[in-house]
Amino acid sequence: MGSLDLSQLQHLWWLLISVIGAAFILMTFVQGGQGLLYCIARTEVEKSLMINSLGKKWEITFTTLVLFGGAFFAAFPLFYSTSFGGAYWVWMLILFTFILQAVSYEYRKKPDNFLGAKVYEVFLIINGTVSVLLIGIAVGTFFSGSNFTLSDYNFVTWHHPGRGIEAAFSLFNLSFGLFLVFLARVLGALYLNNNIEHEVLNKRTREAAFTNLLWALPFLLYVLISLLVMNGYAVDPISGLVSLEKGKYLANLLALPINGLGFLLVGLVLVVWGVVSTRFLSSRKGIWFSGLGTVLVVLAIFSIAGYNNTAFYPSKYDLQSSLTIFNASSSHYTLTAMCYIALALSVVIGYVWYVWSILDAKKLREADILVEGSHEKY
Amino acid sequence: MLEQLDLSQVNWARAQFALTAMYHWIFVPLTLGLSFLLAFFETIYYKTGNEKWKNLTRFWMKLFGINFAIGVATGIILEFQFGTNWSNYSWMVGDIFGAPLAAEGIFAFFLETTFFAVMFFGWNKVSKKFHLLSTWLVAIGSNLSALWILIANGWMQHPVGMAFNPDNARFEMDSFWDILFSPVGVSHFVHTTSSSFLVGCLFIVTISSWYLLKGRHIDMAKKSLVVAATFGLIASAFVGFTGDESAYTAAQVQPMKLAAMEGLWDGEVNADLVALGIVNPGKKAGDDSEAFQLEIKLPYLLSLLANRELGSFVPGVNDLVYGNAEHGIVGAGEKILIGKKAIHSLALYKQAKDRGDQDAADIALVEFNKNQHYLGYGYLSKPEDIVPMVPLVFYSFHVMVVLGSLFPVLFAAILFFLYKDTLHRQKWFLRFGVFGVFLGWLASEAGWVVAEVGRQPWAIQGLLPVSIARTNLTTTTVQMTFFMFLFIFTVLLIAEIRIMLKQIQIGPEGE
Repeated sequence: MGSLDLSQLQHLWWLLISVIGAAFILMTFVQGGQGLLYCIARTEVEKSLMINSLGKKWEITFTTLVLFGGAFFAAFPLFYSTSFGGAYWVWMLILFTFILQAVSYEYRKKPDNFLGAKVYEVFLIINGTVSVLLIGIAVGTFFSGSNFTLSDYNFVTWHHPGRGIEAAFSLFNLSFGLFLVFLARVLGALYLNNNIEHEVLNKRTREAAFTNLLWALPFLLYVLISLLVMNGYAVDPISGLVSLEKGKYLANLLALPINGLGFLLVGLVLVVWGVVSTRFLSSRKGIWFSGLGTVLVVLAIFSIAGYNNTAFYPSKYDLQSSLTIFNASSSHYTLTAMCYIALALSVVIGYVWYVWSILDAKKLREADILVEGSHEKY
Repeated sequence: MLEQLDLSQVNWARAQFALTAMYHWIFVPLTLGLSFLLAFFETIYYKTGNEKWKNLTRFWMKLFGINFAIGVATGIILEFQFGTNWSNYSWMVGDIFGAPLAAEGIFAFFLETTFFAVMFFGWNKVSKKFHLLSTWLVAIGSNLSALWILIANGWMQHPVGMAFNPDNARFEMDSFWDILFSPVGVSHFVHTTSSSFLVGCLFIVTISSWYLLKGRHIDMAKKSLVVAATFGLIASAFVGFTGDESAYTAAQVQPMKLAAMEGLWDGEVNADLVALGIVNPGKKAGDDSEAFQLEIKLPYLLSLLANRELGSFVPGVNDLVYGNAEHGIVGAGEKILIGKKAIHSLALYKQAKDRGDQDAADIALVEFNKNQHYLGYGYLSKPEDIVPMVPLVFYSFHVMVVLGSLFPVLFAAILFFLYKDTLHRQKWFLRFGVFGVFLGWLASEAGWVVAEVGRQPWAIQGLLPVSIARTNLTTTTVQMTFFMFLFIFTVLLIAEIRIMLKQIQIGPEGE
């Protein structure tokens, strides 16, 4: 790793950011599950089953989001400073919903909890939908652009009073957000279908996965078609100048046959297969297919946003302020040092996998939460 | 860069950081301390097989979980606040500061959260040994997260291992190891974690004292106290040792902070240590008014504390602001002039680069390099700007030290009374014990006030003042998020306290 040049490191780190981003979107099955709480659970026991099932996982999603922020800070600090400082309200609102989530599992059923169980459930639903919607809107701006300029010293000035909220009024960004919301719900339903042993819940999650996939489709189609025809933000590799290029993202998909077009198509097929096999073949393993598919789709989206000489965080206000993996990155030294640190991620994945395989060795059943002195926590 | 300066916005952004950090810091010391105490309790259960230790572990674990949740809730905003409210800072030092934050996520948070799930859900699902290992890993993970963030904070107090890159106007890392093993960072880490162990122990002292006063769960309370008081006593020794080290490093690299901690306005050879005092709140740099309305001094001790050498000179606020030729101290005024030259030559360098004039760029760069060591001072407008709020820093420091000296006595007394088996009869002592954790919190928060207010106006000591580090936001925007956080954190704190009190009232299972 020490022998990689700066450009290779920048590409590698964009890949790592993409992987962490993909892992996060996969893990939004927790948010999706939360969003389905009142749609699927009709009784207290059913609600408890759902919450206890998601409750073992929510912290990893949360931690992945924190890691995503930390890794972006370390590898592409100019994105961290420009987007978080610039699109202020979007990020603040996202964080706010995660604050609500962090206490809700633990406090919902505790006696004397001040707000009552219902409020904590509503917190979970807010986090389950609003956070994913806003994250989708924020990622949408990777393609649709934002209104900022950078000074000679790379300090950001945002040229819209909405401070990021204005992104929600773009049909493209909104569709992106809604697609992610319904995708999260698909994943949530599939996860719950896999994790809980309960006839009624299994039936409802099976149906919910399918219904939410149908809801996701029009938004997905709108996003995909827009991506194929919209102008993209191209970077001249020699001069570093950014210009608008017709069909840039279509060109990127084709220029990246494996991690662009390939991942996107295979990913989408896998997502659909996960749902179809669950809905019509009564498979319980749909989450594995749709989960892997989600990871591939997100990797493809990040690839066409950042690779092939593309500005991944474009400014439509001032093209030359746009961020690319080249001008936004950390130094050669820091990227190299961070590569060594990132090797530890393989150990992390190893122990998370191991621990989950133990905790999920037996499916969650009604009896688990009804037994006196139950060790199910929430 | 200064044209858009809006001081009230900076102060609101600072207030927001203080608010969120201080809320977060109510819960973090408990997580750091209790996680190890849980590991000790469970180890005893594992070794003895005595179910009472298991019940005791599970009881404290329940309280730990309630605290942990709100700790996580209040923590996420801190990770992102550098970007949202301090975006110029994030760019200027992101090359250095981002790495520990990412490392914290990779090395610590996943460890903590993954094994947290085993700790709570795993009692019947994993072996006793694996469960114990998980509890230990949660403790190690929690404290590792403290390591990385305190390394980052230590770097802000004493920036090392980096160089300024004039081409993109930022500092870049050139030695990861210098940053990781910076003496300031290391003493910061040990002082903060050991004092947090102490707060964790005091939490157990408070609740156990209350049980003993009420005559409830006596056996559990005594068992818990034996472990907590022993751990607390050992931690106290570390707190004292590293506290001394922190004061020494402050004297070496942040002399203004030390001067504020001690209310020392005019430097002295063989300086006295003010043990207790009431400062003159209206005193300003350069005036002749008395520093104290009342003070108790310990002769020569400040020189010993600051330089570990009797007869040494400790600079005061005025020496640092106006300079002291006799002792070779350059005043802030002179540093500001040098800093302004650095800023000017940096601008010339960039202009020359833009028009492709390499010769002019080279000349400007030489000039910049000559003056860049005081770059940060160039953003200040007058020498007095380098003075922090002396009364606040002075009182916070003294509250911390007085309480920090009291805690080992408390722990030793608990062990003594437990040994004599008379603790449950010491009503007045137990009533005092009930206040334990509140005093611990006070000392711990006061420590952060010393560390953070004491280094104002710097976001990064000597390099970047807070007024430049901020995001270009309106005051109203920052005020709105300030009150948003104040509201939600307060609501959640009320919920947390009520849940906690209820669980304490219910007590451990199986008793």
